[in-house]
Amino acid sequence: MSTFRFLVNGSPAEVEAPGMRRLLDVLREDLGLTGTKEGCGEGECGACSVLLDGQVVDACLVPVCQVEGRIVRTVEGLALAARQRGELDSLQEAFLEHGAAQCGICTPGMLMAARAYLDAGGGPDEADIREAIAGNLCRCTGYTKIVDAIAAVAGPEGA
Amino acid sequence: MPAEPPIDTPRHLFEAYELLAAGPIRPIAGGTDVMVQITGELGPIPERMLDLSRIDALRGIALEADGLVLGAATTYTEIRRSALCREHLPALVEAAATIGAAQIQNRGTLGGNIANASPAGDTLPILLAADATILVGGQRGERQLAAAEFFTGYRQTALAPDELILQVRFPLRPGRELRFRKVGTRRAQAISKVVLAIAWRDLGAPGWADVRVALGSVAPTPIRAAVTEAVLEGARPTPAVADLAAETLADELAPIDDVRSTAEYRRTVAARVLHRLLRDAGGW
Repeated sequence: MSTFRFLVNGSPAEVEAPGMRRLLDVLREDLGLTGTKEGCGEGECGACSVLLDGQVVDACLVPVCQVEGRIVRTVEGLALAARQRGELDSLQEAFLEHGAAQCGICTPGMLMAARAYLDAGGGPDEADIREAIAGNLCRCTGYTKIVDAIAAVAGPEGA
Repeated sequence: MPAEPPIDTPRHLFEAYELLAAGPIRPIAGGTDVMVQITGELGPIPERMLDLSRIDALRGIALEADGLVLGAATTYTEIRRSALCREHLPALVEAAATIGAAQIQNRGTLGGNIANASPAGDTLPILLAADATILVGGQRGERQLAAAEFFTGYRQTALAPDELILQVRFPLRPGRELRFRKVGTRRAQAISKVVLAIAWRDLGAPGWADVRVALGSVAPTPIRAAVTEAVLEGARPTPAVADLAAETLADELAPIDDVRSTAEYRRTVAARVLHRLLRDAGGW
C-alpha cells in the first residue's frame, strides 16, 4: 500500500491503495464517486471514461500510481461550476434536451469523451464528433441523438 | 477487484534496469494491453510491475541526421499531433489514428505496441516496411535491433527479460513512399483482420526500388512478404504488375481462421488491399 495524492474535480484527494489499483476502483470504492461506471473492464466500451490532465482515458486501464500528482475530472465534476447556479453543464443540458440518454450506463463516459472533445476546440462536424466518441459504446440510442446533443453544444452559440 | 501486484515507479533508466535485473518484473507504460491481461486474467498474474510512466528518457520525438527517433513511451496521440511525424512519416500518423479510439490513443505507446508483439499490432507493419530499428537497453548495455528481426514467434520478441525498449528509429530515405491500410470490423476500436504497409522508392524508368510489403494479422508475427516484394522490385505499378503482385501475395500468405476472421477472407482482402494501393500508386 502507498499513499497517492491527486486532484479530483478540483479537490485534493489522498488514497491509501496498492499502486496497481485501477483508477476506476479508486474512484468508485475508495472515493465513493460512483458516477463513473464499469462496463467491460477492458478498454473497449468507454463507460469508465474520465479526464486525466484533460485527456479522456478509460479509468479501468489506469493504475493509480500513474495518477499521482495529476488532475482527474469525472462526471461528478462536470457541473461543479454550473451547479452553484443550480444548473447542469451545457453538455448535460443538451443530452437531456435531445434525449441522448436511455439506460444511462454509457452516459457519464459519453459526457466525458464529449467534454474532452469540446475542451480541445472540437466543432459541430458530425464525422469529427463520431470519431471523438468512437471509444464509447451505447447500446440504446443508436448514437444519433448523442451526436446531435454534442453538436448543439459545439455549435456557434454553444458553450 | 482485479489482482493488484506490487509496482515500482522509477524516475531514471538505471533504476528501471536494476529492477529488471532483479526480475521477474513486468513493465507497464500506458497499460492498454497489460491492464486488460490482468483484469481479464489472461495468463499468469505478474509477480511485480515496473511503471515506466515517469521515465523522461523514454519520451520525445526528434529528427536526427539519420532518421526520425521516437521514444518508446510516445503515445499514439503524441504521434498524431507531432509535426515531425506528420511531415516525415504520415503513414505512422495514419496507423496511430486507427488504433482504438481517443481513450486508447491517449495512453497506448509505440514501445508498448512493439513489446506486446501482437500479430495484429497496427504499427508493426510500418516498422517493417520502413526498415525501422529498435533500440533496447539494460544493465548489460544497449543494442540496436532491426524491426524485421525483432518478432521471433507468436508474441515472442528478441527483447531479453532484463531489457527495455528505449527508442524506435525510422530511417528517412529520400523519395521513399510509404502507405498503410487497415481492415477491421469497424473503423474505430477494432482489432485488425488485415493490416498492410508498403514502401518503395520510384526510380522512374528503372522502376521501383527497395520495395517492402509488410503485413499484420495474417501470420503468428508481423511479416514481410518477400516473394511479393520480389515481384514489385524493379517493376512499375501497372495493372498487369498489380494483378501479378496481388496473386503472388494471396499464394504467399498462410493466415489462419480465428475469432476475428477466416484465412480465406484475410488472404483475399490482403491481396485486394495491395492491388488497390498499387492502383492508387499507378494513378489508374
